[in-house]
This record gives sequence, structure tokens and C-alpha cells, in this order.
Amino acid sequence: MTAETPLKILVIDENPIRRAILEAGLRDAGFSNVTLLGDTNGLLERIYAVDPDVIIIDLQNPSRDVLEQMFQVSRIVRRPIAMFVDQSDRETIEKAIDAGVSAYIVDGLKRERVRAILDMTISRFGAFERLRAELEETKSALKERKVIERAKGILMKSRGLDEAAAYGLLRRTAMSKGKRIGDVAESLVSAIDLLES
Amino acid sequence: MMTHSRPGAPDAPQSLRVGFIPLADAAALIVAVDKGFTHAHGLDVELVREISWSNVRDRLNIGQFDAAHLLAPVAVASSLGLGHVRVPIVAPFNLGLNGNAITVTSALYRALAAEADGDITDPGVSAAALFRVVAQRKARGQDPLTFGMTFPYSTHNYQLRFWMASAGVDPDEDIRLVVLPPPYMVESIANGHVDAFCVGAPWNSVAVDLGIAHILHFVSEILERAAEKVLAVRKDWATRHPDALARLLHAHAAAAAFVEDVENRDEVCRLLSAPNRLGVAPEVIRRTLDGRLKVAPSGQLRASARYLLVGREGAARPDPVQAAWLYAQMVRWGQAPMSMELLSAAQAVFRPDLYDAVLGAPHGRAAGEPADGIGAFAGPPFDPSDLEGHLAPWRIKRTR
Repeated sequence: MTAETPLKILVIDENPIRRAILEAGLRDAGFSNVTLLGDTNGLLERIYAVDPDVIIIDLQNPSRDVLEQMFQVSRIVRRPIAMFVDQSDRETIEKAIDAGVSAYIVDGLKRERVRAILDMTISRFGAFERLRAELEETKSALKERKVIERAKGILMKSRGLDEAAAYGLLRRTAMSKGKRIGDVAESLVSAIDLLES
Repeated sequence: MMTHSRPGAPDAPQSLRVGFIPLADAAALIVAVDKGFTHAHGLDVELVREISWSNVRDRLNIGQFDAAHLLAPVAVASSLGLGHVRVPIVAPFNLGLNGNAITVTSALYRALAAEADGDITDPGVSAAALFRVVAQRKARGQDPLTFGMTFPYSTHNYQLRFWMASAGVDPDEDIRLVVLPPPYMVESIANGHVDAFCVGAPWNSVAVDLGIAHILHFVSEILERAAEKVLAVRKDWATRHPDALARLLHAHAAAAAFVEDVENRDEVCRLLSAPNRLGVAPEVIRRTLDGRLKVAPSGQLRASARYLLVGREGAARPDPVQAAWLYAQMVRWGQAPMSMELLSAAQAVFRPDLYDAVLGAPHGRAAGEPADGIGAFAGPPFDPSDLEGHLAPWRIKRTR
């Protein structure tokens, strides 16, 4: 691919973190001509200025419909086609949709040249999604721990228990009701908040 | 071993995923699921709210959705392979006829009213006024007016074009027609990005309520009957899962009847207004279903018995004449070549036979409905066997 001109890639993604992750991935893979767009103001002019070979857009971006119309009616942009055009490549398409991304590719590009970009994009979108899920998990675990601490404190104070006994009581209650400790703690804390408010 | 599966009979998928865009004409689908009609018919349906028609189309095509609330012209375009990969889609049930409106900024409304030679609610009068406003702007060296619509293959696109071109306004040369996602329409008219738009409910009412725009037309003033959204499934899915499809149609027929019954209106509006459905106030949705809309910031009302037809007047039964009309517009505006094969492929997308097999055939056309099934305000009656004749009288067209 060294003999060929580097592909011009345009990334349209409202999420700045994912945008950065994707750009880094593409650069690491040797694609140096990457342009990032965070918003879609003046989209047509910007596409015209960049003249991309490949456009990558996240599926949560409502401007996908806008893009599709530009390719249809505009006389000033080259007409990229959705990656969905080739039905033989179902697997990639499904992976891309699962990862939350869509790509448009200028007609006539050899698909081997585009493949690496698509694979990279899909894997980076996947990585971002995992990162986000982990963050959510950490956040809710942290929140749950705080709630359990409060519930323990309430029990220690109102029933004169030590910390281990308070935790044991929460645990037994959870088991006997078939609930999670976090949920029992949550109910106790909200009940107390109600009574004291 | 799967002893319960009968050889030769494909298992009906009891769990379905169905995509939709938050619009009032998804009412029959949303009520079918949220009021429990699908459950009563043995289906477990997960509704997935989507953000763009491109996403709905792609996820239906690739099989991530079993069915979808889809723009009628997208179902046709997808089946013909226009602008995208060809995936045969069938529409066994119409989710809505009409339901869009053309909304203009207060400034453009004043300009049109000043030029209107007659009743501005007459689309012939308003289109002629638009012609004069466009000419004045051109003479003054002003930018062309910008109109927003929702998708290249949309009824909105064709309704706007049909209306303005009838009076000599060229939608490609004299006007800037841009695609905007429906939830961005109001913002775009507020910040001056567009002078007008054609979109479904509730966005027209939202713009009027903000005091920045007037509803110029209900699209039913331009065409009495226009297939707007369909319940779309892949053709191969319909073939493989006739049982699930039948259940889905039963549930939708029950839901459409429920939506049309005024007694249920409060409940329907409440269901639709949920944050994960339309996410707008029930009162705004109610105006659409009642067909009684505030059309001006002053509070002026306009009512129409044809604003949005969900199930009444035979609206739910797919009419191939509608598909032919949509294809004719695709030909007129250069999106498709003219061919008898494509015409019959387009008509075959709308499947009254599937509807009738499950829900029973109707007894003729509903009384008071247009004889040609379309009822356009201009031009001769529509005849699907004579598309050349339909296109011939129009001076402005982009036929290939």
C-alpha cells in the first residue's frame, strides 16, 4: 500500500473520547490522513474540503440521514456508498452495526484497502464500549458500597450492633428474602430517609 | 432433541425486535406492544427506538430487526435497490396515511400571505405565492429559501416537490431542499437554518407553540391519501414466519382500532408520550390524533378529518396504487429510471393479499375516499398503468 496515495479518512463522531481513540488507532495502523469532526455544522462544505475516500460515522448520530442525502444530490462531493452495498460481506456489516458504527466508501476503492480501516474502526468502537461499560460498573459498585456503609451505620446506631454484626444482619436478611445485599441496604436507607425527612 | 418441532413447519419466533422512530404515526405499533395486544397474540416484542431512518433500514435489512416502522418510500427504494443495497421488503400493514405538515417561519408566512391571490390554505394558491416570493428573492439577489425534509426517499420530499412544482417552483434549482433529522427541525427553524420544513407530528406543533412558525399546510391538503409509514418486514422473513406475521397483523389491527376510538385517546396519548417512546407532552400528541392543530402562534386552529389516518377509512390496508405513486415520484425526480419491471416490483411491496389473508378483505373503497386512491390537488387522476401520462403534464421534472 506504500505505492498508493494514503487514504483520506473522515471521522464524524460526537463523542470526543471515542473520536480520539479511533484516531489513535488509525494512525497506529499507518493511516496518517485522518480528519475528525465532532459536530455536523456545515457538513457538506467540510466534506467537500476534505474530499474523503472513507467516511466513518457513529450510528447514534442522527446526521446519517443528512449524509445519505448529500451523496445523492450533491454535485460537488464524490459519491461514497454505504459499506452495506456489498452483500457478500455480511459478517463485517453485522459486526459494525453491533459495534455502533457505519462507514461510507468512495465507489471504486479496492475493498482490501478499506478492510483494515473497517476492522480497526470496529475493534476501537468495541473497545470504547467495553471501557464505558467498565466505567459504569465501577461507578455503580462504588455507589453500592457507599449505600451498604450507610445501612450498616444505621443498624449499628439503632440496634447497638458492632460493624460485623450489622453486616451479618444485612446479609441474612438479603439471603432470606432472595435479594442482593445492596438492594436490602438501599431499601433501609430510603426508608430511613423517608422517616427522617 | 427438539421433539415438539414439526418437520417442514418453521418455528415461529415468539420474540421479535421491532425498530421505530419517535413519531406519532408509530401509534399503532407502540400501542400494539405497550397496551399488550402483541402479548395477547402470543408475541414478545421488544421495541427499539432509533435515531435515523438509515439505522432503521440497515438494521431491518441485516436482520437485527424483525420488523420496523418505516417510511413507505424507503420500503420501495430498498426493494428496488435504489441508493443502497437491494433487500426485498414487504409492507403487509399501513401504520399511517398522511400526518405530515408543511411549516414555515412567521416571516415566510407573512411574505406568502402578502402574495396569496385567494385562500392561502388552498395549496394551489400558496404554491403560486411561493413562486412569486422566490422570484422576488431572486431579483433582489437573496439566497434561495431552504426547506427541510426528513429523507431523500420520503413522502415529505415528494409532497413538498409535488406542491411547489405545481406552480412552477423548481425544487432543485429554486429552493434548497435539505435533509434534517425530525428532532432537529424545530431548532433549525428557530436558528434560521431553514425557512420551512415538512415533517410528521409532533414537530410542527412544537414549532408553532414556540411562537416562531406557522403551519401552512396539512399534507392531506396536497394529497388526500398518501401512504406515510408502513409496518415493514423482509420478504424472506414474511415467507419463513407466516404465523408470527399473522399474530403481528392481528395485534396491529386491534391497536389501530384502539387508537382510532376517541374514548381511548387519553390513554393512547399517555402511552405514546412515555420518555422511551415519543417523549413529548400527551396534549401535543392529542392534537395530531384529533386532527385539530394550532396552526399559528396566535392560537388559530385548523381541523381536518384527514390529518392522520391510522386505521379508519381503510387506511391500514396497503394499497399498491400508493406504491405506484411513490415510484412515479422517484422517476419524476431522477431517483429511479422508468421501467415496467420496477413499477411492478414497487407495487409488489405493498401486500393487501397478506393483510386480507389475516384480517379479511374489505368491501370496496371506503365512501368519500378519492376514486384514484390518491386525490392530488393538481393534475389528472392518478393511473398506475399510465405513469407516462402522469408525468407528461409536469414541466418540472428530472426524469432520466
